[in-house]
Amino acid sequence: MTDLLQPRAIGQGLVRRDGEAKVRGTATYAYETPVDHPAYAHPVQAAIARGRVTRIDTSAAEALDGVLAVLTHENAERLASTEDRELAVLQSPEVAFRGQLVGVVLAETSELARQGADLVRVSFAEEEHDSELTVDHPALYKPDKVNPSFETDTAEGDVAAAMATAHATVEQTYSTAMVHNNPLEPHASTALWEPGAQVPLTLWDSTQGVHPDRAAVCEVFGLDEEQVRVICPYVGGGFGSKGTPHANVMLVVLAARALPGRPVKLALTRQQMFFLAGYRTPTIQRMQVAADRTGRLQAIAIDVVEQTSRIKEFAEQTGTPTRMMYAAPNRRTTHRLAPLDVPVPSWFRAPGECPGMFGPEVALDELAEALGLDPVELRIRNDPEVDPETGKPWSSRHLVECLREGAERFGWADRPPARHRDGDWFVGTGVASSVYPTMRQATSDALVRFEEGRYVVEIGAADLGTGAWTVLPQIAADALDVPVDDVEVRIGDTRLPQASVAGGSSGTNTWGSAITVAAREFRGKFGAEPRDGDEVTGSVDQAAKDTEHAAYAFGAQFAEVRVHADTGELRVPRLYGVFAAGRIINPRTARSQFIGGMTMGLSMALHENSVWDPRIGQVANHDLAEYHITVNADVGDVQAYWLDEHDPYVNAMGSKGIGEIGITGTAAAVVNAVHRATGIRVRDLPVTLDKVLGGLP
Amino acid sequence: MDAEISLTVDGVPRRLTVDTRTTLLDLLRERLGNTSPKKGCDHGQCGACTVLLDGERALSCLALAVAHDGAEVTTADGLATEGELHPVQQAFLDRDAFQCGYCTPGQICSAVGLLREVDRGWPSHASADLTADPQLTAAEVAERMSGNLCRCAAYAHIVPAVQQAGGVQP
Repeated sequence: MTDLLQPRAIGQGLVRRDGEAKVRGTATYAYETPVDHPAYAHPVQAAIARGRVTRIDTSAAEALDGVLAVLTHENAERLASTEDRELAVLQSPEVAFRGQLVGVVLAETSELARQGADLVRVSFAEEEHDSELTVDHPALYKPDKVNPSFETDTAEGDVAAAMATAHATVEQTYSTAMVHNNPLEPHASTALWEPGAQVPLTLWDSTQGVHPDRAAVCEVFGLDEEQVRVICPYVGGGFGSKGTPHANVMLVVLAARALPGRPVKLALTRQQMFFLAGYRTPTIQRMQVAADRTGRLQAIAIDVVEQTSRIKEFAEQTGTPTRMMYAAPNRRTTHRLAPLDVPVPSWFRAPGECPGMFGPEVALDELAEALGLDPVELRIRNDPEVDPETGKPWSSRHLVECLREGAERFGWADRPPARHRDGDWFVGTGVASSVYPTMRQATSDALVRFEEGRYVVEIGAADLGTGAWTVLPQIAADALDVPVDDVEVRIGDTRLPQASVAGGSSGTNTWGSAITVAAREFRGKFGAEPRDGDEVTGSVDQAAKDTEHAAYAFGAQFAEVRVHADTGELRVPRLYGVFAAGRIINPRTARSQFIGGMTMGLSMALHENSVWDPRIGQVANHDLAEYHITVNADVGDVQAYWLDEHDPYVNAMGSKGIGEIGITGTAAAVVNAVHRATGIRVRDLPVTLDKVLGGLP
Repeated sequence: MDAEISLTVDGVPRRLTVDTRTTLLDLLRERLGNTSPKKGCDHGQCGACTVLLDGERALSCLALAVAHDGAEVTTADGLATEGELHPVQQAFLDRDAFQCGYCTPGQICSAVGLLREVDRGWPSHASADLTADPQLTAAEVAERMSGNLCRCAAYAHIVPAVQQAGGVQP
């Protein structure tokens, strides 16, 4: 049990503190840092999917007036560590995937850098490549762990026996598409290397965590942490793709070190991001579910096949939500990876849970149909008392309440019959559950100082648009028992106390915990009337971490879909989500996170698909004209609600993290609604017109 | 090749020598230090670079600076005056119509342009009657704002923000 903060500032829908700077456009993102006389970098990429560079002719580029340097594997400095082969830029002639970095041109202007990059002539010895994921790929292997450290496979009971004898079963294969994070701000940096300075490297980087970013740079370049300062006050979206640095960060540092004293700016183009900035692996999910006559699950199993790159393993934990979502005596989860000649897959909002709540939540809908049972009711009947995987009690689990409240708000009971037609449109409704684990990182520090009548809180946290600039002062105010206007919070700089990454919906939980500890220690040491300059640094208290309970946020999503009878056009006029995610620190910013996640889930359901061309080994639609994300006109009535959930086990705020749960389950709700409207069950995402057109009633 | 041009940016007249390949967006961001318009795609596919060019919304990444000699450019930063936000900016704050903020200046310039277009009676794909005065319905706003991508997906808040700024109860 944690001593929960008394909410005063917490729970207030305060306007974003960084809001005015953002609506004016004066908030400076990494590339925009005002520096004197910057040089501009433009990458050169490999034009083959596998093989080696045989020759690089940089003479034409170097002859261009205004080009300052051309770096390739032939002249770039040797890195201290090349263990992470994604980050070992310009170290060897080997090419492991199309689009890999093979050079960089530095010039006086961005136009000249780009022109120079075009002038670099690269010859390759091409080898046969294999970049196509198939369910029976001959090289499939079992990774040691799946992200970040979960068991690869789990098994209990006998799924096959249950499938053979159960009253109703579903056995189907579902798949999710390769998708790219595509934050609107590209991966971008400004780097300055000043060899004689006390802190030689200053890196303004677009990152989800300045301290983890610095650690990665130090590892690759063999620098001490005192030699590197990373600054990032604003992030133009990350969605996981800025959670760990990609090759572009090492490239800009390499470039800056080749040009001492001169700031270097590098922003990946949108097209380059499809090769270099991470993505979510496509997933193939073979599901088996079995139930008795009353709808009680007798078996649930998921066998996942996904891809990874040959040079660096990334094992998306797609099977993990099946382990805890519903109880069944017979259970199995497995993960197998195909190592391919592809760009390195990486974090994408709700890794594991997002793809892993697609197959199972559609399979449940199919099971409900087979049983003749309402899909809301089926989920309620299978709500487990304790975590089926660990046997631990839940810290709090209000999925049933979310389903019931959602059904009420959505008007589920009065939903139109299957294949209902309204003029030219078929109309259907669907439901699915959402889940995301409640995480808190092991370490983060916060400093509290009394300064000229105000409280200053310092922590190297990141605000990706999530609201950290605004919600951390709310937490600090309640922890110090002062008005929120008396608190100033400083984030986004490695000069501030070290903070964990903004990932896994753990930012507020972790940083808020550190701030609470610091505030309590501050009050304990200096009382209610501190003197100017009094300060305390506090750390996340690992000893106070609850390990007796299984902690997750839950939710229920309801979608209304309309499918045009003649064209197959798909519309989603209504999308409602109800969440039980602990205490909500700021309802204004929280609502934006929930609806943002849900809308990204809608985007996954209907639009997003990095179309892979296995002949050449690249994404064919590698820009925002061809890679479709949901736009304004695709969105109808999107509503997020939440329960007033009290959880004394998770942390002092009682918060569970809300950045990711909104994207989980959404695509299944949409697919289930499409089925209700048309009778067509689309099992591979996204649901495009061609997948429904032939089967319309 | 270089060329000399004159521009007025957020009310300030400028005389500049530009590389003829330089886009208006790069001129603003890299030469003038005005980073209010953002670069999201550089191909006119995302709308983050939207500015008002002689009063109309325009994608500054698709505009070559040399082709706009004498133009008046207004960025989102230039919409705010004397420390007071433009009504569209205030509405975006009121409705929390953004998260990361990167697409926001473009959304705001686009919304300002949109409101003028509606005032002048310009129809859209969402207008049922092409000859009637368009109304600021949610469908009209969503359609007209669809050239501005928001990856944080604040769309459901952007629409009422634009309606509010246009004097319509969302």
